[in-house]
Amino acid sequence: MLVSLYRYNPEADNAPFMQDIEVELPKGRDLMVLDVLNLLKEKDVTLSYRRSCREGVCGSDGMNMNGKNGLACITPVSQVIKKDKLVLRPLPGLPVIRDLVVDMSLFYKQYEKVMPYLVNDQPAPAIERLQTPEDREKLDGLYECILCACCSTACPSFWWNPDKFIGPAGLLQAYRFLADSRDTAQAERLADLDDPFSVFRCRGIMNCVSVCPKGLNPTRAIGHIRNLLLQRAT
Amino acid sequence: MSNIKTMTFDAIVIGGGGAGMRAALQLTETGVKAACITKVFPTRSHTVSAQGGITCAIASADPNDDWRWHMYDTVKGSDYIADQDAVEYMCSVGPQAVFELEHMGLPFSRTEQGRIYQRPFGGQSKGPNDSTQAARTCAAADRTGHALLHTLYQANLKRGTTFLSEWYAVDLVKNAKNEVVGVVAIEIETGEVAYIKAKATVLATGGAGRIYASTTNALINTGDGIGMALRAGFPMQDMEMWQFHPTGIYGAGTLVTEGCRGEGGYLINSEGERFMERYAPNSKDLAGRDVVARSMVIEILEGRGCGPEKDHVLLKLDHLGEETLNLRLPGICELSKTFAHVDPVKEPVPVVPTCHYMMGGIPTNVGGQALTQDDDGKDQPIRGLFACGEAACVSVHGANRLGGNSLLDLVVFGRAAGLHIEEQLRNGFEVDGASEADIKRAMARLDRLANASEGEHVAAVRKDLQTCMQLYFGVFRDGESMNKGLQLLNEIGERVRNTRLTDTSNVFNTARIEALELDNLFEVAYATAVSAVERKESRGAHARNDFTERDDENWLKHSLYFPLDKRVGKRDVNFSPKTVDTFQPTIRSY
Repeated sequence: MLVSLYRYNPEADNAPFMQDIEVELPKGRDLMVLDVLNLLKEKDVTLSYRRSCREGVCGSDGMNMNGKNGLACITPVSQVIKKDKLVLRPLPGLPVIRDLVVDMSLFYKQYEKVMPYLVNDQPAPAIERLQTPEDREKLDGLYECILCACCSTACPSFWWNPDKFIGPAGLLQAYRFLADSRDTAQAERLADLDDPFSVFRCRGIMNCVSVCPKGLNPTRAIGHIRNLLLQRAT
Repeated sequence: MSNIKTMTFDAIVIGGGGAGMRAALQLTETGVKAACITKVFPTRSHTVSAQGGITCAIASADPNDDWRWHMYDTVKGSDYIADQDAVEYMCSVGPQAVFELEHMGLPFSRTEQGRIYQRPFGGQSKGPNDSTQAARTCAAADRTGHALLHTLYQANLKRGTTFLSEWYAVDLVKNAKNEVVGVVAIEIETGEVAYIKAKATVLATGGAGRIYASTTNALINTGDGIGMALRAGFPMQDMEMWQFHPTGIYGAGTLVTEGCRGEGGYLINSEGERFMERYAPNSKDLAGRDVVARSMVIEILEGRGCGPEKDHVLLKLDHLGEETLNLRLPGICELSKTFAHVDPVKEPVPVVPTCHYMMGGIPTNVGGQALTQDDDGKDQPIRGLFACGEAACVSVHGANRLGGNSLLDLVVFGRAAGLHIEEQLRNGFEVDGASEADIKRAMARLDRLANASEGEHVAAVRKDLQTCMQLYFGVFRDGESMNKGLQLLNEIGERVRNTRLTDTSNVFNTARIEALELDNLFEVAYATAVSAVERKESRGAHARNDFTERDDENWLKHSLYFPLDKRVGKRDVNFSPKTVDTFQPTIRSY
């Protein structure tokens, strides 16, 4: 297999370049893309990428594999390889720090904008706040987000306005708190989102849905927010 | 002063996992000028991988549940070397700490009454006189750690906690009085080195499962806090006690939660036999983890393992039905498909005992204060140093941790460390400054790597270290092979001290971080090996073929490893809880 790697070290390189490396895959075992990177790093320690849990829950190793964003640790080579070639690039649309490592500041900033925490202005009870299983079910498909940024960096609207459009990941979390029966700040949350950019720059392209490694659906959550904003306006 | 940048806080927390963020939250909420230093963005920490839940007597599943029953289970699970004052604190304060998490927004699963859902986990009973299986583990489906870690990060955002994210702590800075006064750390993105000065330094750096070749632990679990404390000359407690989780996915090492068995799954051997009925007639598959892991290894050794190599057993889940599996264990279904290529709805999951948790660590009191021993064997506080979570040994897990107790440990004692430090600072706690030489000393490892022009690559040495630990310090141990392992470790240590860094660039140099991590892996492995050789008995997770019995006469004690003379001493176990009677050691059966 030929691995084509995006390489860039700002201290040594004038510009990014693609490095082609022939990799012998072990027989009878389907490696994950992260395994391939680890093998390459054993030979060339300068190769830089983030990784932590290696099981798809920490969100460190989001990257672009043969044109599609995903997590390297849970993507089998067999699933993405095309014509015996694997092209690995950093997540698109964010500044590259080095090799496959991108600067996530803008992404995190958009997350922080949506007040990603529970707000409840009532005094806390001595035990937990009660919530019916039906109300709790409304958080399924929302709370599981791992902040890997695969969705937002696959979104043309986010590429275009990363400073003003919250992006699918941030909006998924915005809705996670709007949908929580324990939250009392719905009006404030909606007011904060009610501008031409934060939500409405979503064009329903649905790249977010097609790349989410956790199978979540930000477009649907954004639709719910749109409805709430429209109800609020009428 | 030194020519490197200095940043000053009242308190710093090293580690942005559950324990670190709970401590940082407590400090920030009470107005302490604090910072959380973390080598990965906080939600990438290993707490995120915890699945099954947080064990706590919140009396949801059983309105008559009692924290004293939880305490009894924990003490019994520990094979009686948990400190009973610490277990008492954890189990009694636990409900409050869990309700706080819920109030912060943690999306727990719910019962029909709207309360937090609790599932059965291993080693849970209704007290010393009633071995009925209890259901005491509070769960957010099988993603409790993820939900907990994100909730804590969100709570910290709400409070405005200062994070130094993707900063790597290199070594502790000690002043002339041997007080800890901060840390030298490196900003990974730029390579800039800084002295981060503080009156209180909390090590919340988590575990070190990466000393083994096969582990459920994240790649980042390299025991950085343990390494730093050992290099600073401070002792480690019960380092021989490593938990092997019964159900790591065969081949991949990724965890499938004990909650699988809590929800009704069970283990079978190659003959299709539910073998745990033989080893633990009462609790069966929900016996203590050490008991289940050993039983599995015996099945494999006696030729009843599964697969062409007969080297694993199977976890049967299909009888639970698709609906339950999707509702209660959705993450497990996902992981099994990805890493074992089986769908638990239809087929059993191949599993094998896999290194999971470090029961030992930095000895602390209930307030997270790190401790050492004076010449008379009395506990002495290490001024300025604190620890909580897996890096600490407070000790609530003793020789074997119960499932669901790690998440409770990290919120209860992260919180307690924050409370204790705030109180100390309010009472005027001060330490002396560090000299330039003190700071320079903490930079020694960076200097060595910058100047090493010859030597081996890190990856090769790391691999040999992990293989050595796996071979000689696994589920079953014996003196002869452990001594062989220790011998090998001495050779590996020489190689560790002579690694070479071929990438000396500054920007996001992960090779440098991996080289620094290897030093810590070695420190942890060595402390483990020396302590394991020294404890000449079988207790909890430490099972020796040459000393098969528990020896309460000599070893109803903590082991204490002193790094300067590589000596193992003993420390008394606390048998004096404040509000309940002592649980006396008895034969442990499930």
